[in-house]
Amino acid sequence: MVLARTATNSDESVCTMFGSRYVRTTLPKYEIGENSIPKDAAFQIIKDELMLDGNPRLNLASFVTTWMEPECNKLIMDSINKNYVDMDEYPVTTELQNRCVNIIARLFNAPLEEHETAVGVGTVGSSEAIMLAGLAFKRKWQNKRKAEGKPYDKPNIVTGANVQVCWEKFARYFEVELKEVKLSEGYYVMDPDKAAEMVDENTICVAAILGSTLNGEFEDVKRLNDLLVKKNEETGWTTPIHVDAASGGFIAPFIYPELEWDFRLPLVKSINVSGHKYGLVYAGIGWVVWRAQEDLPEELIFHINYLGSDQPTFTLNFSKGSSQIIAQYYQLIRLGFEGYKNVMENCIDNMMVLKEGIEKTERFNIVSKDQGVPVVAFSLKDHSFHNEFEISEMLRRFGWIVPAYTMPADAQHITVLRVVIREDFSRTLAERLVADISKVLHELDTLPSKISKKMGLEGVADNVKGKKVERELLMDVIVGWRKFVKDRKKMNGVC
Amino acid sequence: MVLSHATSDSDGSVHSTFASRYVRTSLPRFKMPENSMPKEAAYQIINDELMLDGNPRLNLASFVTTWMEPECDKLIMSSINKNYVDMDEYPVTTELQNRCVNMIAHLFNAPLGETETAIGVGTVGSSEAIMLAGLAFKRTWQNKRKAEGKPVDKPNIVTGANVQVCWEKFARYFEVELKEVKLSEGYYVMDPQKAVDMVDENTICVAAILGSTLNGEFEDVKLLNDLLVEKNKETGWDTPIHVDAASGGFIAPFLYPELEWDFRLPLVKSINVSGHKYGLVYAGIGWVIWRNKENLPEDLIFHINYLGADQPTFTLNFSKGSSQIIAQYYQLIRLGHEGYTNVMENCRENMIVLKQGLEKTERFNIVSKDEGVPLVAFSLKDSSCHTEFEISDMLRRYGWIVPAYTMPPDAQHITVLRVVIREDFSRTLAERLVSDIEKVMHELDELPSRVIQKISLGEEKSEANSDNLMVTVKKSDIDIQKQRDIIKGWKKFVSDRKNKTNGIC
Repeated sequence: MVLARTATNSDESVCTMFGSRYVRTTLPKYEIGENSIPKDAAFQIIKDELMLDGNPRLNLASFVTTWMEPECNKLIMDSINKNYVDMDEYPVTTELQNRCVNIIARLFNAPLEEHETAVGVGTVGSSEAIMLAGLAFKRKWQNKRKAEGKPYDKPNIVTGANVQVCWEKFARYFEVELKEVKLSEGYYVMDPDKAAEMVDENTICVAAILGSTLNGEFEDVKRLNDLLVKKNEETGWTTPIHVDAASGGFIAPFIYPELEWDFRLPLVKSINVSGHKYGLVYAGIGWVVWRAQEDLPEELIFHINYLGSDQPTFTLNFSKGSSQIIAQYYQLIRLGFEGYKNVMENCIDNMMVLKEGIEKTERFNIVSKDQGVPVVAFSLKDHSFHNEFEISEMLRRFGWIVPAYTMPADAQHITVLRVVIREDFSRTLAERLVADISKVLHELDTLPSKISKKMGLEGVADNVKGKKVERELLMDVIVGWRKFVKDRKKMNGVC
Repeated sequence: MVLSHATSDSDGSVHSTFASRYVRTSLPRFKMPENSMPKEAAYQIINDELMLDGNPRLNLASFVTTWMEPECDKLIMSSINKNYVDMDEYPVTTELQNRCVNMIAHLFNAPLGETETAIGVGTVGSSEAIMLAGLAFKRTWQNKRKAEGKPVDKPNIVTGANVQVCWEKFARYFEVELKEVKLSEGYYVMDPQKAVDMVDENTICVAAILGSTLNGEFEDVKLLNDLLVEKNKETGWDTPIHVDAASGGFIAPFLYPELEWDFRLPLVKSINVSGHKYGLVYAGIGWVIWRNKENLPEDLIFHINYLGADQPTFTLNFSKGSSQIIAQYYQLIRLGHEGYTNVMENCRENMIVLKQGLEKTERFNIVSKDEGVPLVAFSLKDSSCHTEFEISDMLRRYGWIVPAYTMPPDAQHITVLRVVIREDFSRTLAERLVSDIEKVMHELDELPSRVIQKISLGEEKSEANSDNLMVTVKKSDIDIQKQRDIIKGWKKFVSDRKNKTNGIC
């Protein structure tokens, strides 16, 4: 007689996800697990853990695009398994990159003929773009000095102290000295006069930023160009300019077309722009374009033969995905001049709405300018009880990620909160943010200050009059300590 | 009386995509178009043009992964808008990267304590990983020399001539001299003895490859280590080793666990591996691991403060997508040791099937070894009539992309065809490829050789022109020989130009 046997130990594939043993065990963290786990379990567990990441669209710290049209998402997913560097195998993708380079070069008024191909390349971001541009300048300068028989072991680059961290990386990794023009209170970009003064015979280039990360301001590239032309005439050097238009490159041509900052200025030899900022593509794409073939030393280029023709390449990364390049081309043809202009104008309008809302609270100074990248940077008028870092933390509870930064030298005592207006930050969201900031301010007003609480406890215990001196001392120590902590937090990767 | 107005000029949004005017006009190539176009049109036009790209899964040239499970695709798409570098905002994603680094470091037997965190970072690929490792070696060497009061202006690195192009990039961009150990016929990897002979006081490191791109062979890192230990003792230098395990790093631990090539060897100070090769993730992720803290000079690291804790970063790229890092973590926990071993064993099985199929045709020499990266590199036994490049071209008609390369110096006269066996290259496809290669061989046999055809054309002409039909068919033998030499020389010149820099990857 056969006894029917009930399935007590069911096959794993029958278990529901949250009934299985995989949600009971710890995920491997230090070593690869011995056994495989079902793909649904792997997917669900990772997805769940990632729920605790911030919401990218509420990340008001970042310039980087966080939304694209579904059609573009389809294109991205279809090409996710194409390795960009296989030019032989994916000629159309390579062609799309070349088209993007040409379109962007002409957007920046590169002095090209009707059908002349532009000199430029797609990169993984502005960091790689800047390193390539810097390398080109360094090599060109070295060749010139060698030809003149002069020493070439101490190259330097002149920038403002407001530069993004990738310039410091470039300087450190490629052994170039970084000469920073210090900021001053109220003037948070590079002063062209001071910059021109700092130029010496070892300067490989002067880097100007179109769209400072701190407050979105455009630097006066025209003035820098004019001063440098004069200095070059006097000294006989040929110091060029590089424009770091990571944010501003896709804004200025549409909103401020008469602003001269690009190749219309003769000393500008290369420009980089982030496709993933106002180029409106997801993270992972940047562009660098050179004025002409002669600004990119031939010895840095590797020549790859594809389809019988020569495809010169000059990048630090080799294998990488093709999705972002295709997405950039999609945006360029889908939006066109008209579309980009509309998006940028919307951003500016929403920025004004936010700015006015914040001004109405009468508790903040607006540090950013109206002209420039659509960003609102603001700081508290009264710092005695609370600071911007507390506001930033409290806003996080509402879901908003609004970072607080201290300005670089010599304006370290200024802390700002910064909200970046991206394409997908609508007016509704702007009004909601203002309402939430007001709520936060009300809450903070009810909380005793962290400092005065400490002070208060002390003061009550002691003779108020006699301890005035000690109180001041304590105040100094605390202020000094706060500054020290803030400074350490300074490397908060302002990006 | 109101006349009804028929819609003749319909709103653009009504038209079906292929009826609209967008498929009639030329797409912008040089200048940004003035106006926008509907998103469906933009999508369709780009999608259609991309149809003419090769099919990634039939791209047998590449080691880079071309297929992942749909669950992973879902994870990738949902994190496509996360900028990896925002560590403050995406702490879980940062944590996942740290876990991957730890797992891979343990896979490579890094000498770490129970809960000690590994030193390493995720990069965009092995190129960035190699540049970071090279930078660390260069800086360590410079600091040492400065402390000794010796000159620091001529660093060099010793590698084999079979290195991937990114080592040449590193050398050129970071101003380090590249000393290459030349190959020889039959020996297509770096000879450890010759390498050690080339080491001098300016050598910042010796780079060994685990999984040569040309024929998949693993270099003998153990022998290199032993020879270098001896040389270091004699000279008092402490030249380290870097292992470029771009392909082999995810193969050796699963298929050849007793092979000593990683941190078990004392002179190995850093290893790089491509997550997007046999790490089984799409293009765009690599890893570099250092043995311990002291191998990564502190002044190269930038410290970013997040969540009150210190997150050191040392990468060339800043903003980039998070998708590949999450995908790598997915693969590591989804497959585990067992899964990766299964995949690699399957690859090796299918490689043997392909190799045996090719051997059966009796027309090819197999240049690759059985041990190493699962790929089959083969060359014609008789290349007098036809070359490997022609076979490669003809296979393209069937849809297969099989590249042909010439070997680097000093074996430039050898051309090979190379098929890489990836995870998604099943046995069925292997058998189909063999039969298609046989078809191609039959076709080529019918075709007269291109070289001989030119010569015989010359002969026919001289026959026809002359009244005397009995003109000597053979022109003077010397002429023919001269022509053959010229044509051969020219062919070699062209193939050298074509293929020396064909970005073997």
